[in-house]
Order: sequence, then structure tokens, then C-alpha cells
Amino acid sequence: MALLEISRLHKKFGGLHAVNDVSFNVEHGAIKAVIGPNGAGKTTLFNLITGTLAASAGAVQFKGENIQGRKPHQIAACGIARTFQNIKLFHGMTALENIMVGRHLRSRAGFMASMLRLPWSRQEEQKIRGKAMELLELLEIAAYADVDATSLAFGQQRAVEFARALALEPALLLLDEPAAGLNMHETAEIGRLIARIRDLGITVLLVEHDMSLVMEISDEIVVLSFGQKIAEDVPAAIQDNPEVIKVYLGE
Amino acid sequence: MKKLLPLAALVLIVVTVQIITEWTDTRFYLTQLTMSAYYALLIIGLCVVMGYAGQISLGHAGFFAIGGYLSAALTTHNLVAYQNSALIRMLDGLGVLVSGQDIYGDALIAVTPWAACAVAVVSAAVIAWILGIPVLKLKGHYLAMATLGFGIITYRIVLASEYFGEADGISEVPAFQLLPGLAVSGDFGAREENYYIAWGLLIIGMILLRNLIDSRVGRALRSIHGSEEAAASSGVDTARFKLQVFVLSAVFAAVAGVFLTHYNGGIGPSESGVMKSVRYVAIVAVGGMAHLWGAMIMGVILNFLSLRGVFGSYDDAVFGLILIVVMLFAPNGILSLNWRGYAYMIFRLATARKQSGGKTDGPA
Amino acid sequence: MTVELFVQYLFAGITYGAIYAIVAIGFNIIYNTTGIINFAQGEFVMLGGMISISLLPYLPLTLAIAVAVLVTMIFGALLEICFIRWLESPSVLRMIIITIGLSILTREAALHIWGESIRSLPYFVGNEITTVAIWGARISPQVLWVIGACGLMVLFLSLFFQTTSVGREMRACAANRKAAILCGINTRNMVTLSFVLSAGIGALAGCVMSPITSTEYSIGTGLAIKGFTVAILGGLGNSMAAVGAGLLLGILEAFSISVLPLAFKDAIAIAILLVILFVRPHGLFGSATAAGLKEF
Repeated sequence: MALLEISRLHKKFGGLHAVNDVSFNVEHGAIKAVIGPNGAGKTTLFNLITGTLAASAGAVQFKGENIQGRKPHQIAACGIARTFQNIKLFHGMTALENIMVGRHLRSRAGFMASMLRLPWSRQEEQKIRGKAMELLELLEIAAYADVDATSLAFGQQRAVEFARALALEPALLLLDEPAAGLNMHETAEIGRLIARIRDLGITVLLVEHDMSLVMEISDEIVVLSFGQKIAEDVPAAIQDNPEVIKVYLGE
Repeated sequence: MKKLLPLAALVLIVVTVQIITEWTDTRFYLTQLTMSAYYALLIIGLCVVMGYAGQISLGHAGFFAIGGYLSAALTTHNLVAYQNSALIRMLDGLGVLVSGQDIYGDALIAVTPWAACAVAVVSAAVIAWILGIPVLKLKGHYLAMATLGFGIITYRIVLASEYFGEADGISEVPAFQLLPGLAVSGDFGAREENYYIAWGLLIIGMILLRNLIDSRVGRALRSIHGSEEAAASSGVDTARFKLQVFVLSAVFAAVAGVFLTHYNGGIGPSESGVMKSVRYVAIVAVGGMAHLWGAMIMGVILNFLSLRGVFGSYDDAVFGLILIVVMLFAPNGILSLNWRGYAYMIFRLATARKQSGGKTDGPA
Repeated sequence: MTVELFVQYLFAGITYGAIYAIVAIGFNIIYNTTGIINFAQGEFVMLGGMISISLLPYLPLTLAIAVAVLVTMIFGALLEICFIRWLESPSVLRMIIITIGLSILTREAALHIWGESIRSLPYFVGNEITTVAIWGARISPQVLWVIGACGLMVLFLSLFFQTTSVGREMRACAANRKAAILCGINTRNMVTLSFVLSAGIGALAGCVMSPITSTEYSIGTGLAIKGFTVAILGGLGNSMAAVGAGLLLGILEAFSISVLPLAFKDAIAIAILLVILFVRPHGLFGSATAAGLKEF
């Protein structure tokens, strides 16, 4: 059984078929990439998996359970974390606090415990802080722990978002264009980081435009065009696939 | 430890103010300071909803009124006519009724203030819960109008119900005996103890909310304000947290309503008016939205000035003006303005003028 | 209920409904060009009524109304120029608070200028006991004035938006602000114009309704809530639907008086507002997907 099984997924916006009968699996421990021209339905696919949008038809199975139709926070609780194409950090909160939000599901203090600062909740708070600091160090942004996250440089903001997603200790991490807006050097850095994340035992599914990154790190690639899957194979085979070349380069 | 410093300072200021009024024989100020503290209690609750969780509410005077009115009605309405009914006898058995004599010497049976307070606060919480489930799904203008609508309905209901005294409101509300020898009442003799009750309550409220903001729940609330989508994909049940914080702030408002009503000995329909709700929003905005201390300080200062009648017949206009000016020029509150920067600029200007007057060799 | 009574209620409902529709259209005009709900919309109606009443001793009725409408339009333009024009992409919360503040200031200024007394314009034709018979019911001719004036305003506005180039430019702003800027449309002036227009129609509605409903400094808030209810009911931004929704609310309210105590008349509108917001926030006639595309 694969970790994530997408079967016959559909999403219609009015007359537009944004995702049309897409099926594929993501195996445990793999790095899988979804590519395709603009408007191919990649981000819509992500939004369907994470519950931001409801599918018109089809199923999304995670660890053998159908998660289609659940709310985003419930899907996060199943063990799926994500980053956003246009980084979404929480303004007015420091980098550290942003990452601490990522520990939400791994802690349980409610209104009463928080207001009264019960001893166990204080201990829990220490643990949250410790784990968040660990992640800051992993991503080499510990120096910015107490800086307002939205005032950081672009690359650092992306790192904070990564750390926030990792703080969930997810089984599956969805990355929406992790290299967007980064230079070649930073892109290579992100590639190494994604490989390291996989080595931590986290399965990765990413949408990406940067072909060199995708070809280098992915185990398998799915190609979408106008909402439909036109190919699914290992990187080397995708590069030689005539249909994929046609989609990218035209007739 | 560092976080305890402002609280310690606040306690010190509260005590100092009381001692000063004692020395200078200006104890009458304590009355308005007590009332301001109760309004500030409502305002810090609203501050968490608006500033931290990012949800506007134009109906918080409604929750204040639910607390105040229910408490007032239950403790003043005479139940003598029903004294033989099973319900009343059962309540009496539970010890939630008090019998005595009214001002004309007739027999009086009413609910005890403690029980009335509990009913009032629980009612406000339940109403906030029921209202919040649909309302908090809304955003922006829709949320503003829906909460405004709730405020207006509350106002219409108290104004149209005989039970709540229609336009006259409810008066003759008895004292609220908190502990033996400690009662919330407007007696002149009890002015000092009531000042400390009100400020004690406000300080407890500040401690609770300050703890809340700097916690797992507080971060979840702030993340909702930052980006609801990202909060949800971090696992925050946004609907549940918005609802819970809305209910919490309604409880703060209702408690403030209950205590202030017992302190004033009555409540009138203007307490539930739309202008009151707008005023609370204005004060949170002036304080800096996501700024608990700012909201508290501004809540005390502005309410105190308003209660002292400083603004005269321009009371509402002053709050309207404050809203506009703050939102235009200092949307993050007046405490967030770069006061040090301004002071430095004025200092530089002053010294520059002196220098040019003293024929120096110009700018470096 | 007799036929006469039914017609009586019906006309009362249509009268109020027409006013609500005009306030709702005022909301829509500004919303379409700016994305702002102008909470001070009801104050335009109050100002129109109050100013025309004050001018009446010095000017003939028509001229008093014309000047009142003009003054209110200038007032609307000033509000926009002084308080809204120069804000760089303000948040929705900030705009809500600013327009609420403006509404309070306008109302308080009116209180200090005109006091708390309830005033009204004289009936345009005849007096309060003059009636015309319609299907056996006795209707005041002023009712026909209100319905006629509101109808004409709707007609004028739809002609303006459909046929004139300025109207088309305003619609372009509503459809896509950025694209409108790229086409060389001065969107800032369009925003000012939207305030002027909605102030103008609000003021005129305030004048024609004054003989029937009277005018006092505090009528703005209630009208704003009703107008907003109607705007939401019809789908925010959709002015034609607002007419239908306005008449619906007006008639519902009018007939509710025969069942419920008068004190609860306002509560009905608000209850409808709350129900609509919960069930169909995109309005009775709007579509959910279209509403989803609007920014909030």
C-alpha cells in the first residue's frame, strides 16, 4: 500500500475542468514531483489533497484512509504538512513563534491550562520551544529566532515556512514551488535540504517549475497538462517522453 | 520574572492612587476609577478577539448588557407571587433564593446575587456560543454587520421588554456579597473596598489573558489573524478557536456587566446601545489592536475621562473622532507611534536652531 | 384582511422598500469601485432631509431639495478626498472603522446643528390628509412621489452606467481595478465620483421620504442597517437585484406590523440579515462562486 493514493480525482470550476481524472500513488520515503505548464492544475491538486478545496469526484487515500472531504486541520492531523507558493507566514509573530505554531498538533494545552499556566502546560511550552529551536538550527536560521518573521529576507522566510511544516513531524510534506523566487545557488541549497528531509523519513510531494531541481532530486515525476495526467515515470524517462516534450515545447 | 514587572508596577500604581485620594481628600475619583476598571475588563477581552484573533465584534455591549440585565432582573424581581410553586420551592431548597423586605416593607423573595451572577455569565457564554457558530464563519464587512445586528437586537429587546424595565432600565439592584464583609455596592462607605474589588478583578483578568496570549492557544489565535489558511494547514482548528475566544470575551463582558450593575445599583438600555460597542472597538484600536496593555490603559483613561464628563455633550463625537484619527494616522495604536523618534526630531530641531543662532560652521 | 387594508400595507411596504433599495444601491456603487462598505451611507439620507428642511424658509421647495442634494454630494466628495483617497491599500478592518467613525461624527455634528427634534418637509402636493384612491385604498400622493423618484433614480443610474463613457469607466473599475488603471482610467476620480453619486441619490431619497417618515439626526444608522440587509439580500454589488430585495424587505416589514408589536419591526430586518448572512451570504440572486471571487 502506498502512503498517498490519489484515484480518479476531479475538480470543476464552473465549466473549467481544473483537475480531470488524475490518479497516482506516492510511495513511502519517496520524493515525487508534479510538473506541468502554467494552469495545468498543480496547485489545485495540492489544495484538493490538503482539503483547502473539496473535490468534485474521486478519492484521496492517505495511509489507507480516505481523507477526501476532511477539513484542512484534520488532514494536517493525519500527518500531512505543506508550504505555500506565495509564502504564508503569520505577521506580528517572530520566526520562532511561527515555528511553534507548527507544534500545535503535538501539544494539547487548551484555554484553561493556558490562562492558568498549569505546571504541565509550562513544561509542554518548554518542549515546544526546544523543538522549534532545533528546527531553526537545522535550517540554519537560529540567528533570526526573535525577528518578526515577515520582515526576514525571502529565502529566510521560505526556511521558516519549511521549519513550520517540519514541526508537525509529518509523514508527508507537500511543497508548492519551493524554489520559486530563489537564485541558482539557493535552489541547489533547497535541493539538498529536500534530500535531507527525505532522509529524516518524511515522504515529499512537490510542485516545481525548476526542471534542473526536479530532475535531480525526484524519484518519480507526474506530468499534468490541462488538468490531465499525461505521463508518470522516472526523471530520465520523462525527459525523453515525446508527449511531455510536446507539451513543454509545443508542436 | 521580567514579565511580572509591569503587573507589579500596576499593583503599585493602584495602591498609590488610592492612598493619594485618601491624603488629598479626593476620594470621589475612586467611583469613576472603579467603573473604568470594569469597562476595561470588557475591553481587554475584546482586545484578544479583535487584536489577536483578528475578528471584529460590534456587539460586545450586548454581552455586557446580557450580564448586567440578567443579574439585575433576577436579584430584583419579586417572586413572592410564585412562592408556593414547585420550582420556587426547589430553588429555595438549593439555597439560591433570598427573602427579605422591599423598601415598602412588603415580603420580597429574589434570587441571590451569586446565583444570578452565575446564570447571567453562563447565559452570555451560551448566547455567544450559539451566535458565534454561524457568525464567525463570516469575514470582514459581513462579520461587522452581523455582530452589529446582534447588538441592535439586544438593544431592541431590553428596550421593548417589561421584564427589563423598558426605557427606564432596572434600579434598586442589591449589593453583591462576594465574601463576608466584602460586597460590590455603591455605598459611599464601601468606596475603597469596591475600588480594590474592581482593580483586583481587572488585574486577574490581565494575568489570565496575558498568559493566554503567550501560550499554545494564543499562538493559534494569532496565527488565525496572520493567515487562516496557513493556520489550518498547521493543524489549528480555526473555527473552534475563534468560537472559544469569542465566548471567552463574552464572559469577560458579562462579568464586567454583572459587577458594574451591582456597583451602580442599576442598569439602563444605553449600556447595550450600538454606540457603546463602537466605543469599545475605538478603545481597542487606540490601544493598538494587538496590545493588551495598550487596550487596558486606554480603556481606563478614556472611560475615566468620559465618566468625569470631560467631553461634555461631545462624548460620542470624541470617540468617533478618536476612531478616525487613530485609524488614519496610527493604525497600530498610539503607543506604537515612534515617540522616541519624534522626541529626537524635536530635540534636533531645537538644537539646530540654537546652533544656527550661535553662528557655527553649518552642518557637518 | 380586506383588499383596501392589503393595498394600504402593500403601498407602505413599497414606499419603505424603495428607500431601502436606494440606500442599498448607494452601498453597491461605492462597494463596486472600492471594495468598501461605507457605513456612513445612512447619514447621506439624513443630511439630504435635514439640509432641505433648513433651506425651506429661504428657498422654494424644488430649489431647497436641489441645493440639499448638491451640498450632500459635495459632502460625499469631501469625505472621500479627506479620509479615504490617500490611504495606501488599507485593510478591510481599517476601512470599516474609519467609515463607522465618519458616520458617528456626521451624526453628532447633525445633533449639534439641528438638535434632537423631529422635523419634516411639507407634503409636495396637498397635505397629510390628502389622498388618492387606488383599488379602494386611500394612498397619500407623497407615496407616489417616493416611488416615482426612486424609480427614476434607478432608471437614471442604469442609463448612466450603460450608455455614458464615465459610467462605463466606473463599471470597468468595478470589474477589474488594475486592468482599468492600465487602460488609462483614473480610478481615484472614479472612487470620488462613486461617493458623489451615492451621496446624491441618498440625499434625494432623504428629501422625498421626509414628509412621510420625518427626519431626525439619528435615522442614519437604522437606514444603513436596512440598506445593507437589502444589499446583501440582493447580492453585494448587484443593484438591480437590490431593487427587488428592497421591495421584498419593505413589504415584509409592512405586513409584519399587523402581526407583531411595532417595537420589533426593526428586529425583523436584522433577523433577516442574520439569517441571510448565515445561509446565503452571496445573496438570494447571486451565485456562490461569483461571490467567492470577490475579495474580502
